[in-house]
Amino acid sequence: MSLFWEHLVNHTFLQYAIVGGLLASLACGVVGSFVVARRATYVAGAIAHCVLGGMGAARYLQRVHDIEWMTPLLGATVAAVIAALIVAAVTASGRQREDTVLSAIWAIGMAVGISFITATPGYYEDLMSYLFGNILMIGTADLQHMAVLDAVIVILMLLFYDKFLVISFQPELAKLRGIRVRAYHTLLLVLISLTVVLLTQVVGLVMVIALLTLPAATALHFAQRLWIAMLIATSLCFLFTVSGIALSYGPELPAGATVIQVAGGTYLLAIASKWLWKKFNKIDQRH
Amino acid sequence: MDNVVIQFRDVCFAYDQQEVLHNIDLSIPNKSLVGVVGPNGGGKTTLVKLTLGLLKPSRGTVKVFDEAPERRRHSIGYVPQHLSFDPEFPVSALDVVLMGRADRHWFGPYRRRDRIKAVEALERVNLAHLSHRSLAHLSGGERQRALIAQALVSDPELLILDEPTANVDTNVEHQIYELLHELNKQMTIVVVSHNLNVVTRHASHLACVNRSASLVRVDEITEGQLSAFHRGDMTVIQHAQDCHVHDASSVMCEPHHGKETRL
Repeated sequence: MSLFWEHLVNHTFLQYAIVGGLLASLACGVVGSFVVARRATYVAGAIAHCVLGGMGAARYLQRVHDIEWMTPLLGATVAAVIAALIVAAVTASGRQREDTVLSAIWAIGMAVGISFITATPGYYEDLMSYLFGNILMIGTADLQHMAVLDAVIVILMLLFYDKFLVISFQPELAKLRGIRVRAYHTLLLVLISLTVVLLTQVVGLVMVIALLTLPAATALHFAQRLWIAMLIATSLCFLFTVSGIALSYGPELPAGATVIQVAGGTYLLAIASKWLWKKFNKIDQRH
Repeated sequence: MDNVVIQFRDVCFAYDQQEVLHNIDLSIPNKSLVGVVGPNGGGKTTLVKLTLGLLKPSRGTVKVFDEAPERRRHSIGYVPQHLSFDPEFPVSALDVVLMGRADRHWFGPYRRRDRIKAVEALERVNLAHLSHRSLAHLSGGERQRALIAQALVSDPELLILDEPTANVDTNVEHQIYELLHELNKQMTIVVVSHNLNVVTRHASHLACVNRSASLVRVDEITEGQLSAFHRGDMTVIQHAQDCHVHDASSVMCEPHHGKETRL
């Protein structure tokens, strides 16, 4: 731990990692709370795995065809938005079995990604960092991209929070009141997909669901209103990210995996403490 | 026509091939308190959704205040069944009520006027003191009153409630009907109910729905019919008042009256 603090002052890559963590945490807390409250983690999972297709394709174009601006982060963003639009169309029509379509998106995205990555020279390191994240390798271009995504997510969320709340809680009422439920549903899915992209930078796409949901789920154990949960979840996510990086730095453990273990541990602790609190204080919560 | 709030004319409705409502003619008068009764699966909720314009009739026409339902949605307050939302969703009673005005602004937070209206609506249902309590911590009756406040916050002229007392005890049920009586002075109220006994005691009219539908005035039902009705023998009242709830199969065989509007 002490090594981490020592190096944090001198090494820019560690400072970048912390800034990246902060940027990811903002979106994570705000959007993750909606995902957990709406019970939409499976949707986020499908989008997350679809991201591999975009990353792989972008990396292939960059390496093999020398299209420099086609970064994996850009590819991930495009793939995530396309996946969100497909999910929105499928869930709105209600004709297909939703879970089947989500599973298909999940698997096809991964399959496309693996094919592209295998066709790209030097693929092994790439694959590992996409799957498990590599926040210590983050550069200034990545940070700028992340900041733009964050700005989009936070501004849209501030503008349409009330609409997202009503379409999530009572879609039928929203429809009755003349609110364009389908449009807002699609927009919310796009915001979820952008958040997934941000979080893959920290923990990789295999563990992204954990980072998206664990801080929010922990926060929702204590917060009774969604916007309060968002504030708590953002703080928790940042705390998990920083402590994950710090704990893993000295012993050279994988940063992403450590972040998730901290988040998971805290979540279990929150459940346990709430259970114990209820058991020993049999006070009626309502009074 | 001025005195009619909801008008069904030769309405049929089918989900895919299965016809749920057949040849419905119904005129619900202004300022009435109508209890919609009938067996499960008889089409009560479908009737409500047609009135709200959430479903379109396959034949015939539905009019609310003499217009297509979707054009008058702003005049309708709707209280859904208690199972239609997630009770663990992290919102306060005030949040729930404010949602009734979510259509009043394009973006940003609710305006001052929305908040004032929401607090007024909570006061009308005697829930102002719990406005910041989370939904998960409200009792069944309190939740139901929050939903009524949500419907009232848009100043409706017609209030439709789908099984508002399905999840509450008798005492709370009584309170809710007292509230509806009070609100009935200003607006027409339609209550879907599975409890004939209670709804007959409070409503001015009964709409008996079982594939077909008909409306009877409660004060025209004789004492004997009423007591038989309360015992659960629906056929007595239906024969007497031409309220053919019991005999769905023969009704369904009748030819369609209305013109086809879909397919």
